[in-house]
Amino acid sequence: MGRLKAITIKEFWALLRDPKARMGLFLPPLIQLFLFSYAATLEVRNIDIGLYDMSQGRHSHELVQQLNGSPNFRRIVPINSPQELRQAVEDQRVIAAIVIEQDFDRRMARGDPADIGVVLDGRRSNAAQIVASYITRIAGGIGTQVKQLGEPESVRVTNLFNPSLDFLWFNLPSLIVMLGVITSIAITGLSISRERELGSFDQLMVSPLRVHEILIGKMIPPLCIGLLNGVIFITAAQLIFGVPFRGSYTLFISALLIFNFALIGVGMFVSSLSQTQQQAFLGSFLLTVPLIMLSGFSSPVENMPDWLQVLNHANPAMYFLPVAQGIFLKAMPLSAVVSWMWPVVLIAIVTLSASAWLFRARME
Amino acid sequence: MSSNLARLDRRRLAALIRKEAVQIVRDPSTLLIAFVLPILLLFIFGFGVSLDANSIRVGMVVQDSSPQADSLAQAFRASPYLEIEESPAIQPLRERLVANRIRAMIVIPQEFGASIDRRAPLPIQVATDGSQPNTANFAAAYVQGIYGTWIEQQGMAHFAPTVGVNARYWWNPELKSRFFLIPGSITIVMTMIGTLLTALVVAREWERGTLEAMMATPISMTEFIASKLVPYFVLGLGSMALCTVLGIVVFGVPLRGSILALFLLASAFLVPALGLGLFISAATKNQFVASQAALFSGFLPSFLLSGFIFEISSMPKVIQMVTYLVPARYLIPPLQTVFAAGDAWGMFARNIAVMLAFGAFFFFLAYRTTRRSLD
Repeated sequence: MGRLKAITIKEFWALLRDPKARMGLFLPPLIQLFLFSYAATLEVRNIDIGLYDMSQGRHSHELVQQLNGSPNFRRIVPINSPQELRQAVEDQRVIAAIVIEQDFDRRMARGDPADIGVVLDGRRSNAAQIVASYITRIAGGIGTQVKQLGEPESVRVTNLFNPSLDFLWFNLPSLIVMLGVITSIAITGLSISRERELGSFDQLMVSPLRVHEILIGKMIPPLCIGLLNGVIFITAAQLIFGVPFRGSYTLFISALLIFNFALIGVGMFVSSLSQTQQQAFLGSFLLTVPLIMLSGFSSPVENMPDWLQVLNHANPAMYFLPVAQGIFLKAMPLSAVVSWMWPVVLIAIVTLSASAWLFRARME
Repeated sequence: MSSNLARLDRRRLAALIRKEAVQIVRDPSTLLIAFVLPILLLFIFGFGVSLDANSIRVGMVVQDSSPQADSLAQAFRASPYLEIEESPAIQPLRERLVANRIRAMIVIPQEFGASIDRRAPLPIQVATDGSQPNTANFAAAYVQGIYGTWIEQQGMAHFAPTVGVNARYWWNPELKSRFFLIPGSITIVMTMIGTLLTALVVAREWERGTLEAMMATPISMTEFIASKLVPYFVLGLGSMALCTVLGIVVFGVPLRGSILALFLLASAFLVPALGLGLFISAATKNQFVASQAALFSGFLPSFLLSGFIFEISSMPKVIQMVTYLVPARYLIPPLQTVFAAGDAWGMFARNIAVMLAFGAFFFFLAYRTTRRSLD
């Protein structure tokens, strides 16, 4: 016990001794939280679109007014020639340009169906599609006074847990997961390889410390930092960003603890394989990217091809992401949390034992 | 290290570059980042990250036993966009929604069939899981679309809108998201090589004290820096080329612009990326801190603030201002253009100028910091 305490203190000291390293543990995650909680939104707003209006009549003006009134559009840029239109879209000054043909107003006045043309920037296909749907919705409302039958009230949509579909409510719980992955794996990944690189590893080996004591000593500081960062994030999410926390704190912290064990296992594994800090860092980065990208944060897991979904079963972030979102917004109960988290426990056991085995094997 | 900063001896420089190149080739981790990371990223983006939801798991409760309700339920079951999970009651589905096993639930209410007969349809209800707004939107839109088609088939077509919209997507009529994901991957890979690798490698020299050893040799500062940058510059261009070839061959992305433009843009971007890496190493002198700093100032901004996935115009004003400081922001639009549209030299020149200006600034910072630390 005394030995374990000593090595833990030593590890804390190694991590926190350098003032720059201390800052590196807490400051970047916090800045990221602020920057990215607002930045990572798939919504499309404040867009500039071009308008090439050759008709210049009453109905085309009505359309312009409707577009101006929409909160999604920031500016309507007037365009006067096809060349100008091409230039504006190509330079990405506008993401879309509406073309109203000369006979538009005449046709509308006669009550004939009329089309407007929309040119969209296919380079940004995702945003372009959303813009097209905005324009279609607005155009559909022009010239119709009659309430349509069967639309839109005939499907009544309610968004549970997040009625206004606020992206922040999605981003903050998710960022706790993302930033956790980045910091925890990096801290653990570097710990053993640093000793190797600096040559202090051999000193550890000749000390009376047992292997499990060394490993536990190396696990405790990243575990504490991961939990502390988590608590800071939960507090900031509620107090600063106003995201409701509806579930149980005990449950959240317990799940976070399990998640961190799994991450530390992954980091330890990489660390025991690496000879230098550079190898450890690049190796853990190479793992961090797929762990984050495939967690379901940027796109739903069920959209991935089957073989990738099978591989994804080894991804702890894939399990913890729904739990973090669920406890935050949906007050996810214990049974559901357990149904998501038990594979993470398995991942933690497997990675931690594998790295202990590797560590021992390397020692001999 | 000689006090004459600007001295450049070709033989010495060649020897130093060779030393650095050997170091790169001998360390598998460098090659891992330069060649495995691009492949990994492209495959993740090509297969794993599809921003449009294809098949969403949705619960359904049919409270009405009329043939009409049955026919509508059948329409939902038949849709390739939805994977329907049926239940006789709402409560179990709600629990599945909380447990994140389904994304939304549909309720076809009692008396639905009778209301269709009266030609005054009762609304069907859709409750989505708002904790994932993007998927919630998709789910609601799919249900509305399927319902709209079905009600039309019942002879209750809402008349077609008077104004039709004729949308044309330039350069990418099939709307493949790969068109914007490949330039994004290139940006990320080059950021990693330029900023992260350089920061780590130079920080190691500081950490181990080999930089001081260098000072005792006749090598000049410029030679030292050049020897560190040239190999990583080449490596960066190499992995960019790998991404491009993979993108064209495996993912069928066209390269409609010229190879010259592609290389000029990539080279211009590597200047600020390398400069930032050099500055980080000089400012931190520690591999762990350098890695964290490179991750948070290089990788994450390139990923999140460059407009690669997330639209810059949708971000709050303050963050939009921050994006102007991210060099990757000036690479993404011209890269997307050179792949999807073709050469647009006016736009390329403007962006290249901005990237080079950033590069000059970072190199100035790196130079000043190194100078101060060595004195």
